[in-house]
Amino acid sequence: MNPFTFARTDSVGAALNAARRLPRARFVAGGTNILDLMKDDVERPEALIDINALPLRAVEMRDGDLFIGALARLSDVAANAAVRRNFPAIAIALDESASPQLRNMASIGGNVLQRTRCPYFRDVATPCNKRDPGSGCGALHGVNRMQAVLGTSDACIAAHASDLAVALVALDAVVHVARRDGTRDVPLRRFYRLPGTAPQDEHEMEPGELILGITVPALAFAARSTYVKARDRAQYEFALASAAVALDVHDGTVRAARIALGGVGTIPWHAPQAEAMLADAPATRASYERAADVALDGARGYGQNDFKIPLAKRVLIRALETAAG
Amino acid sequence: MLHAIVVPSSIGAGRIVAIDDRDAKRAAGVVLVMTHANAPRVNAKKSGEQDALLFLLQDDTVEFDRQPVAVVVARTFEQAVHAADLVRVQYEPRAPQMDMHSATVFTPKQIFGQPAKHERGSVQDGLAGAHAKIDQRYHTPTEHHNPMETHGTVAAWDGETLTFYDSTQWAFGVRTRMAHVFGIEPQDIRVVAPFVGGAFGSKGTAWSHVALSAMAAKMAGKPVKLLLTRPQMFGWVGHRPQTEQRIVVGSDAGGALVAVSHDVSNETSISDEFVEPSSVFSRDLYAVPNYAMRQELRRLNISKPTYQRAPGESTGGFAFESAMDELAYELGVDPLELRLRNYSERNPDNGKEYTSKKLRECYAQASEKFGWSKRTPAPRSMTRNGMLVGWGMATASRGTHRGDSSARIRMNPDGSVVLQIGTIEQGTGSPTVYPQLAAEILGVPHERVRFEWGDTTLPAAPLAAGSQTAASVGSATVLAAQQLRDRLAALGGRVPSDGITIDVDAKVNEEEENRYAQQAFGAHFAEVEVDPDLLHVRVTRFVGAYDVGRILNAKTAGSQLLGGVVWGISMALYEKTRFDERTGRIMNATLADYLVPTNADIPNPELIMIEDDDERVNPAHVRGMGEVSMCGSAGAVANAVYHATGVRVRQLPITVESLLV
Repeated sequence: MNPFTFARTDSVGAALNAARRLPRARFVAGGTNILDLMKDDVERPEALIDINALPLRAVEMRDGDLFIGALARLSDVAANAAVRRNFPAIAIALDESASPQLRNMASIGGNVLQRTRCPYFRDVATPCNKRDPGSGCGALHGVNRMQAVLGTSDACIAAHASDLAVALVALDAVVHVARRDGTRDVPLRRFYRLPGTAPQDEHEMEPGELILGITVPALAFAARSTYVKARDRAQYEFALASAAVALDVHDGTVRAARIALGGVGTIPWHAPQAEAMLADAPATRASYERAADVALDGARGYGQNDFKIPLAKRVLIRALETAAG
Repeated sequence: MLHAIVVPSSIGAGRIVAIDDRDAKRAAGVVLVMTHANAPRVNAKKSGEQDALLFLLQDDTVEFDRQPVAVVVARTFEQAVHAADLVRVQYEPRAPQMDMHSATVFTPKQIFGQPAKHERGSVQDGLAGAHAKIDQRYHTPTEHHNPMETHGTVAAWDGETLTFYDSTQWAFGVRTRMAHVFGIEPQDIRVVAPFVGGAFGSKGTAWSHVALSAMAAKMAGKPVKLLLTRPQMFGWVGHRPQTEQRIVVGSDAGGALVAVSHDVSNETSISDEFVEPSSVFSRDLYAVPNYAMRQELRRLNISKPTYQRAPGESTGGFAFESAMDELAYELGVDPLELRLRNYSERNPDNGKEYTSKKLRECYAQASEKFGWSKRTPAPRSMTRNGMLVGWGMATASRGTHRGDSSARIRMNPDGSVVLQIGTIEQGTGSPTVYPQLAAEILGVPHERVRFEWGDTTLPAAPLAAGSQTAASVGSATVLAAQQLRDRLAALGGRVPSDGITIDVDAKVNEEEENRYAQQAFGAHFAEVEVDPDLLHVRVTRFVGAYDVGRILNAKTAGSQLLGGVVWGISMALYEKTRFDERTGRIMNATLADYLVPTNADIPNPELIMIEDDDERVNPAHVRGMGEVSMCGSAGAVANAVYHATGVRVRQLPITVESLLV
């Protein structure tokens, strides 16, 4: 961890100004990701700008849409009655995230921006194109059991780690980003960038920008959404494979579906072809199996993570059956 | 006092070409950077075969990932950590030897004083007449201890005398080794270790950082505190080696064993020999006339492996109890019934009578409490709420060990008592148990007995490992307290003005030790639920009964048994140190990535302690209980997984992918 300066701000304007003055600064809210990365020497900000006092903690329904402020803690959002009733996939994804202690500290904004758990990224003694462009990908032919099978390239196969982001991508959430000259809205489905040849460019935000909050658009059948996470132990562990699903079922037929996969993509993996396949399909296991095959179409294993492909299909089928009731 | 941090190697094998420490030396608060270019010359060589070779910056060779290659000393811990990141080491790496199959194989000279190959009867003849035979290979991975408190040492010189404050399982062992390293007399070294935050075998050896802290203190001219970071716990402080075990069991049609052979191959380092004696489990348990064991070692570019809770009998217990389960299925015999049919009243290897053995009671009480009689044997035959349910069992067995221990006990004129023994508290409850034992014998309230421990200025105690502390220190306590009681009685109950002091050297009498066989036993019963599609395994019930001799303190005893059971579950389902074999680097060197169970993973185990005041084993009447519940418990879980799924996994940990067949 390098020596750094620390400043507290209490307004969005002050935070943005501070970031402009200190270009190698990072914002810190719960610190549950940035501090780890600093201890590992992966992130070396010259300053941390503490934004915990910013008034961005609201969690509320606005005409059927769900608004979540960027500084709302995971545990508060998970406990919110409107979230649990209207968007259970979000609540369950949060319940399945991290540990109770981490959920009490971690912010929604930080969770969406969290960086990969790939051990080569986090170990400065090993090659990683994301951390150190051009140095190579250690995971490609190495210890890759937890890494991605979708959206990969020969430059990077690191899996995205967030459970919440998978639910938000399934539900087509929008991120509100502030910059000094205003705000802009970015659909989360277009927020994350595939690694391609530049895995160091992970998302649409530019340095000095700040997430204000996230809006999940109204969706009646989101009340029948769920999140299923397969992992090695019952708590405090990342997904081997996960699925966020919402299903609109009427008279034994699926009218519409929302599907995203976690643990298997370099980014939270929206599965539009699977969604399309389920539209007007019978609400049966056979349909779900076909959708799962389509969702994992093109998936590629790298040796230790080959098992994720059949596992992800099973997880998705389980999520669809659960959401269908 | 200054703070030191080790700079560990980032290659698994090769040579240091150059170290650029200019930025590190310029960093705030840095006092010195010690490398092989400027480190004091000391003796890193072993003084005995069981010693570990130490890596004390005496040359430029690198033999394993995260081997110490430099030490940074600064005014604060944070400054030292930051400066350590600034040291740039240039290496000439070599491809490390990481694969067991292509490694140099050799037979160790001996295992704890016994031969590495041993046979009784003739396995070949026995197998020729076998009705049923199992011949399988089992694999346990490299596992790291990860006690909650990382290793750390404070070293302080006073002229040519040296004091260590160390996190260790053996203060006297540290003293002996450091005397050898620095070429000074043991009486010029004092080691103090009051509270050790967990060890489990990893702190039984004086590792490199202990000497490095004293070397840094010498160079800096001030006391130095050197702590390890969590990733460094995967470096030079030992681990349980991976094993490959080939087990052959043959039986008659009724299940009586006619032959057993148990071959074990484990990894060791380039420069040291450490044997994981898994075959001890099968040698000393069931009644089989024809038995053979063989242990061999394979050299890899890893750090020296060491004892980890129940060395040998935990890894051997998994493999052998799995093989017994496979035999039970081959024969169509209930797994518990198969164990009972092979029960041995005497030690099957040397024929000796046991000091005591209540394994039948363990089987009976644990199976009854578990409800084993309701088990339907066919795999996948039991379900609950859509989940597959599996019930598995295994036997626990662990040899009893005892070492020489001294003790001093003094009664003051006011009747208060002080008991002094240089043993270790590592979470086992020594400061509670030994004064309590003395108080009972003396007939005084236990608050009147003060215990002093953890210092080489106190009477010598053996290594606090091998479940031997209660047998060793407890026996010394008993003898000392009895002598004090008798002396007080002889004085008519009056304490003279200078008190009564008793010194005892409780030495192990080899003849008495060898008269009987001494072992602790138990029976484990595990229930798992397995999701039929998602294939995650959760242990949902665990019942164990253990026969360990006298229970000195129910609370500390229960805690030890619980720890062994949890660790057996952990071994079966979670733990594995993962190497990048191209570089020899450990890629899961954190507690986020090296999996151990969370509270949510462990059901509330029901643990039965069979009371047995074993008067023949030692004056403390104990047969060792820190490890026995870890011997075989991984096997019980693995057998439960087979019963639930029909898939036999012979490689730990059992994971989703091992069941996706």
